[in-house]
Amino acid sequence: MSQGTITKVSGPLVKASGMKSAKMYEVVRVSEEKLMGEIIELDGDEASIQVYEDTTGLGPGEPVYLTGQTMSVELGPGLLESIYDGIQRPLALIEREAGAYITRGIDVPALDYEKKWEFKPTVTNGQKVIGGDVLGEVEETTLISHKVMVPPTIQEATVEEIKGGSFNVKETVAVLKDSNGKTHEIAMMQKWSIRNPRPVQDKKIPNEPLITGSRSIDTMFPMVKGGAGCIPGPFGAGKTVTQQSLAKFADAQVIVYIGCGERGNEMTDVLMEFPELKDPRTGEPLMKRTIMIANTSNMPVAAREASVYTGITIAEYYRDMGYHVALMADSTSRWAEAMREMSGRLEEMPGEEGYPAYLGSKTAQFYERAGYVECMGSDERKGSVSVIGAVSPPGGDLSEPVTQNTLRVTKVFWGLDAKLAYKRHFPAINWLNSYSLYVDNIRDYWKKEVAEDYADVRSQAADLLQQEAKLEEIVRLVGMDALSPKERLILETAKSIREDFLFQNAFDYVDAFTPLKKQYWVLRCILSIYNEALKIVDKEGFEIEKLLQLPVLQKVAKCKDIMPEELHKFEALENEVKQEIGNLA
Amino acid sequence: MQKEYKTLTEIAGPLVLVEGVEGVKYEELVEITTEEGSRRMGKVLEINKDKALVQMFESPQGIATEGTKAKFLGRPLEIGVSEDMLGRIFSGNGDPIDGGAEIIPDQKININGAPINPYSRDYPADFIQTGISTIDCLNTLVRGQKLPVFSGSGLPHSRVAAQIARQAKVQGGEGDFAVVFGAMGVTFEEAEYFTNEFKKTGAINRSVLFINTAADPVVERIATPRMALTTAEYLAFEKGMHVLVILTDLTNYCEALREVSAARKEVPGRRGYPGYLYTDLATIYERAGRVKGKKGSITQIPILTMPEDDITHPIPDLTGYITEGQIVLGRDLHQKGLYPPVNVLPSLSRLSPTARKVTREDHEGVFGQMYASFARGLEVRDLAIILGESALSETDLQYLQFANDFEQKFINQGENEDRDIQETLSISWDLMTLLPKHELKRVKEEYVEKYLPKK
Repeated sequence: MSQGTITKVSGPLVKASGMKSAKMYEVVRVSEEKLMGEIIELDGDEASIQVYEDTTGLGPGEPVYLTGQTMSVELGPGLLESIYDGIQRPLALIEREAGAYITRGIDVPALDYEKKWEFKPTVTNGQKVIGGDVLGEVEETTLISHKVMVPPTIQEATVEEIKGGSFNVKETVAVLKDSNGKTHEIAMMQKWSIRNPRPVQDKKIPNEPLITGSRSIDTMFPMVKGGAGCIPGPFGAGKTVTQQSLAKFADAQVIVYIGCGERGNEMTDVLMEFPELKDPRTGEPLMKRTIMIANTSNMPVAAREASVYTGITIAEYYRDMGYHVALMADSTSRWAEAMREMSGRLEEMPGEEGYPAYLGSKTAQFYERAGYVECMGSDERKGSVSVIGAVSPPGGDLSEPVTQNTLRVTKVFWGLDAKLAYKRHFPAINWLNSYSLYVDNIRDYWKKEVAEDYADVRSQAADLLQQEAKLEEIVRLVGMDALSPKERLILETAKSIREDFLFQNAFDYVDAFTPLKKQYWVLRCILSIYNEALKIVDKEGFEIEKLLQLPVLQKVAKCKDIMPEELHKFEALENEVKQEIGNLA
Repeated sequence: MQKEYKTLTEIAGPLVLVEGVEGVKYEELVEITTEEGSRRMGKVLEINKDKALVQMFESPQGIATEGTKAKFLGRPLEIGVSEDMLGRIFSGNGDPIDGGAEIIPDQKININGAPINPYSRDYPADFIQTGISTIDCLNTLVRGQKLPVFSGSGLPHSRVAAQIARQAKVQGGEGDFAVVFGAMGVTFEEAEYFTNEFKKTGAINRSVLFINTAADPVVERIATPRMALTTAEYLAFEKGMHVLVILTDLTNYCEALREVSAARKEVPGRRGYPGYLYTDLATIYERAGRVKGKKGSITQIPILTMPEDDITHPIPDLTGYITEGQIVLGRDLHQKGLYPPVNVLPSLSRLSPTARKVTREDHEGVFGQMYASFARGLEVRDLAIILGESALSETDLQYLQFANDFEQKFINQGENEDRDIQETLSISWDLMTLLPKHELKRVKEEYVEKYLPKK
């Protein structure tokens, strides 16, 4: 193993000389303690290394060992239910090695090398395979069957030997011979460099919604499987709560949750809650479909930079098996700040607000790894990675570089609003400035799966909310009395949409998840009041106060308590609305 | 072998450059001795080949490029901790300043600490009753939380912090309790206020005080909170105590950090603060919490003054992104003569949903109702300013009354008034009688029946 010598130490940045044979992004081991680092700049025989662990006590003269490998993750059965730090070290193993505090120089394997998995081949000897083809399956958890695939780097090969049985992840389960006559021993575990996207056959336009159970999201600003969205918001507006409820309820098959530079206690919350909570669709603990990456704000800053890539590579791996994966990154601003810190120490020319000039391109590259794809292999299976990134703009100011660069590449924008959060209106997604560019993509799905007029109901609600904002300004200037009965009606309906539809309690298990059909009916019932009243609003003797006194209005206000199995009750309720308002005329 | 060097080549503010060094390590402690024999401490901030950049913890006054000696001690900055520290007062550097004996350390610990493994953390859940309604009901504090007070100059944050320290208790379990207090760049008077407050109530026997006043060296402030937290970790996780850490004033700490950063000619982030301010603050705030299998806990109440009361200023902003909520003090409330002037709308406790489950069944609903109604009341108040009260509807007038009474009866309380949670909740229900029953949407109907006083 060739080695160099440390010449400079400045926080997480270490420079070393004698590094002629080093390559960009090569992993190195720094000092006798073997701290993990990655080469981020080369100048002659001098290399700049970002070190993923605390550098206290390092000094010039100490060795740096080259490993010849790039920063990679280990992919194989055992990833699910794990919780890793930013460089894929299992936190549970770190605890076993070092106790409650994360000390340095701990080298633990990402996957359990001892554990035996039951491997079932799906191909036979002599069969021709191409890169990405499934060789066999392993039941990783009760929810996910893990597919062992031909590495995408192999183009064409013949199965020489394959056997079922109980193996650990490093044992050979199949032997392939490629067209050049070279044999490849395939184990269940493969490695992949985190900065290289895993290849796909073809990227498709996403047109299937990612159903989250959140009414503000699914109905108003929908997300798709394979889409990219962002949640910017000032602190306290509920980014993390929103991300967590997405992780709980989104109808993806695998969830990768990256806590990037966030609070330790929040990660603990997720860790303690997920094994307890049941997946609303399968009834199994949520943990069985979840992989967590926790690099809290006080953990080394360079590992924070890597954590985002570690997460998305794992997500792509499950996508390649044909699963729908949703990745939450909370928060990408901390990732950008980690880049800024390294850039500052490298004395690069700063761009806006001290961020490096390549902030935009790195952000775009990351979000572009999302997508709905046809996977590698010959069976045309489809998979997707949806990426939802939280952004923490300083002072809630959306004009700052991280938010702006993110908005350029994401198609859904859930803007969280401090004012709504102050009123404890959650999710505090501002209905006036948020948007989703996927509405047209999923119109057909809505028509087929939910209701013919779902999109119309949605746009009527959105329109009423817009009108409310304008009317409120008038009220602020001249008072409520200046409004016509029709305008009063708009205000009352919009209020009902806000309070009885958009408001949702993430901590109430029933309220937190609303299926699409029920969302449609709740909104339709609320709007039925408006539509019925509109017929009589211009008639002589119509009084808005009388309308508001109708008992059926209370019932509509509470109609989200109707269970999703009892959708017929909504129809009855709608008829009741028609009748009572009809009687008023 | 410790070597001494006389090769100081550059002194700029708190930074000293020593050349021709050998075997020096990052973060190593340095002792600088001037020609007159006075000793100052510093640490290695950067080491480049044979040049070590040293950051002084004390004033560089009297340090010369000639005649001054730098000795590299081969260890990072450590603090000797022991249970005997309880009842004692230290300088921001960890030296006793109360005239008592030196501490014989039980352990010597690196003040930078190490991050707690998120996997080893225990989720904070024990409700701490502070006796202050706005905190207990609306921004519930729990053991192991970090809940800062966002204040402004001239606001009574010290009195609020002292009241919390005095009244804080956990229902049911007592356990060993201790307060660690770290003051950074505060005035002599403020430091005295806390010292006297602790002495008066006898709390001093359970307290450790670290005091860096405004007159003390600026850079010493960078070490002070870490000294305090290292001591707190020792007491909590080695000795099983429940430690409340009060740090004041984080704004001074950040200014010190900016000073060092500017001296290093680093690329500045927002408003001249270094780009790593977030990470640096996180290494302070994240040292709160509970650890699985350990009895003790660290609850942090850092206090900071928002420059110009601006919550979007980088210091409160970055703090808010790390801590689990914030208690915001409002100047207008203070000027109305209300105490504690807690501005409830922007205040928040992220851990309160768990805590609200253990207090009383109706707490969750009351919490939501109080917030929603008060926010509405304030909107009405704004409307009344423009249109006059006569233009308000009857419901609006009720909300206006609610907002006024909420401020007078709920927010306002005596400095020595220790309200328990039952009392706080019944004040809430009394206030709800001001509103029409059908407006109480956030509380469950059964609780309205059970708790709403009949008129």
